[in-house]
Amino acid sequence: METEQYVIKQISIFSENRPGRLAAIAQALGEEKVNILAFSIAEANGFGVVRALVDHPKKAQAKLQSLGFNSAFTDVIAVKMKDTPGGLFEVAKILGDAGINIEYSYAYSGKGGAVLILRVDQVDDAIKKIQASGATLLERSLFH
Amino acid sequence: MMVQWDPRIETMPKADIQRLQYKLLKSLVYRLYSFSPFYHDRMKEQKVHPDDIRELSDVRKLPFMFKRDLRDNYPDKIFTASKEDLIRYHVSSGTTGKPTVVGYTQNDLDNWSTSLARGLTSIGLGRGDVIQVSYGYGLFTGGLGMHYGAERIGATVLPTSVGNTERQIELMQDLGATAIACTPSYLLHIGEVAEKMGINIQKDTQLKTGILGAEPWTEGMRDRIEHWLGIKAFDIYGTSELSGPMFTECAEQKGFHIWSDLALVEIIDPKTEEPLEAGEKGEVTITILQKEALPMIRYRIGDISSIDDSVCTCGRTHPRLQRIQGRVDDMLIIRGINVFPSQIEYALMAIPEVGQHFQIVVERKGALDDLLVRVELNKESFSDKITDLMQIRHKVENRLRSSLNVNVSIDLVEPGSLPRFEGKSKKVIDKRSL
Repeated sequence: METEQYVIKQISIFSENRPGRLAAIAQALGEEKVNILAFSIAEANGFGVVRALVDHPKKAQAKLQSLGFNSAFTDVIAVKMKDTPGGLFEVAKILGDAGINIEYSYAYSGKGGAVLILRVDQVDDAIKKIQASGATLLERSLFH
Repeated sequence: MMVQWDPRIETMPKADIQRLQYKLLKSLVYRLYSFSPFYHDRMKEQKVHPDDIRELSDVRKLPFMFKRDLRDNYPDKIFTASKEDLIRYHVSSGTTGKPTVVGYTQNDLDNWSTSLARGLTSIGLGRGDVIQVSYGYGLFTGGLGMHYGAERIGATVLPTSVGNTERQIELMQDLGATAIACTPSYLLHIGEVAEKMGINIQKDTQLKTGILGAEPWTEGMRDRIEHWLGIKAFDIYGTSELSGPMFTECAEQKGFHIWSDLALVEIIDPKTEEPLEAGEKGEVTITILQKEALPMIRYRIGDISSIDDSVCTCGRTHPRLQRIQGRVDDMLIIRGINVFPSQIEYALMAIPEVGQHFQIVVERKGALDDLLVRVELNKESFSDKITDLMQIRHKVENRLRSSLNVNVSIDLVEPGSLPRFEGKSKKVIDKRSL
């Protein structure tokens, strides 16, 4: 089974934890006409990592690196959830039953329903198990 | 190829060196006692007369001189040459107080250039070399000092001074600079700017030698510069009070050769003021033996180092001052423990995950001193996982704690975010004294 179409490139950016850093990142992406589809911030006493799904990851990275930001791409996957009570439970149970460990995760809900974005250690394996268990993965082409 | 500028002096047997130094010291002391009111009074206060100088070690009977003596006698009250005989002034930056003025006679400039000519020759430079002088030209001694030294050996000088880094790199390429003289932090800056311009110093220029000084640096930084830029990096030592940059390492890179016909170096305990043995670490104290305009007797430079008095493997017999380990007055006392910024630099250089630049912030939290070191996370070490980053921070904290014996916290900051300095780096922010 092909798994490649479900692997989404997330851009991760190192940021000091001080006022104005998120604004600097957002301004840079805005200037490049890069749209942010989902994002989260992980924080650890003094610094953090901004993670985002964008429509033009390469353009985003080139711009951020030219400004001196430390950034990298990370492979993530996106699972569709029902935007109703119990929606997260359904998906989380599937992952748990399949023995997939989540390194980190964030979610958004919008017009197309709710989506859970996951960073897991064995991406290919996770994709196969999620599909086998009946949940729906979103294709990369929906993002970029 | 000529390996020594003045073989007779540079390889003089130690016993002859001591006889020569004694002769020079004796005549210096007589001259100053007779003609300089300042030195006359100082020697009287100390109850020492020129006749008491009967052997070289009697230098210890003489009074010390400090930077404050120069400030108190601003601008030229203790000059010992007449105004008409002065041919140049240099003025120190005054970052630590009132500026100090140094005057030079023709002989003073000649001795300064000769000292550098010996040093530059000892690292293999000479006719045919193009030496880019990226020390500041003007009141600062670095630019003009290196300029005259480089001309003395017949090298071609490219006097770029400091700043306009992109143009410096273009000229380095176009005119085939084989050596550069600047501060180590400015050379790192040049390396970074060159990379951004798409120029590889190692492949795209003819640079092979760095003559780096005017700020303390470490062996770790030398390794990094040599590997990154593909050059040999040599340390150079001097202060404006001694003339300027004056003593370099030789090709063996085993300390600064202090030319004994020009300078008598002692290492003393800064607290007890007692002389220390060769190999022991203490405050560098120098007597300039042949200076006419502004002689210096037992001048307390305030740098911490030690002396190696064995004959160098290069064959030169003069004592070698070891790498400067810090400043008596830069020394931070953190919870009662002496900490030198150079120790922090040395420890950081051995950790590949962080960059070359750092900043130290000292604060008092309650009754305790708090030491924070801000370092830049290297591009290659960035991980999307917070746990990986925390591990890097933990590793840096542990390494620093074990080398300093004091608790340190680390801030990982974005690459390029710490201030870069084109002159002397100001790496310590001590908020306790504010």
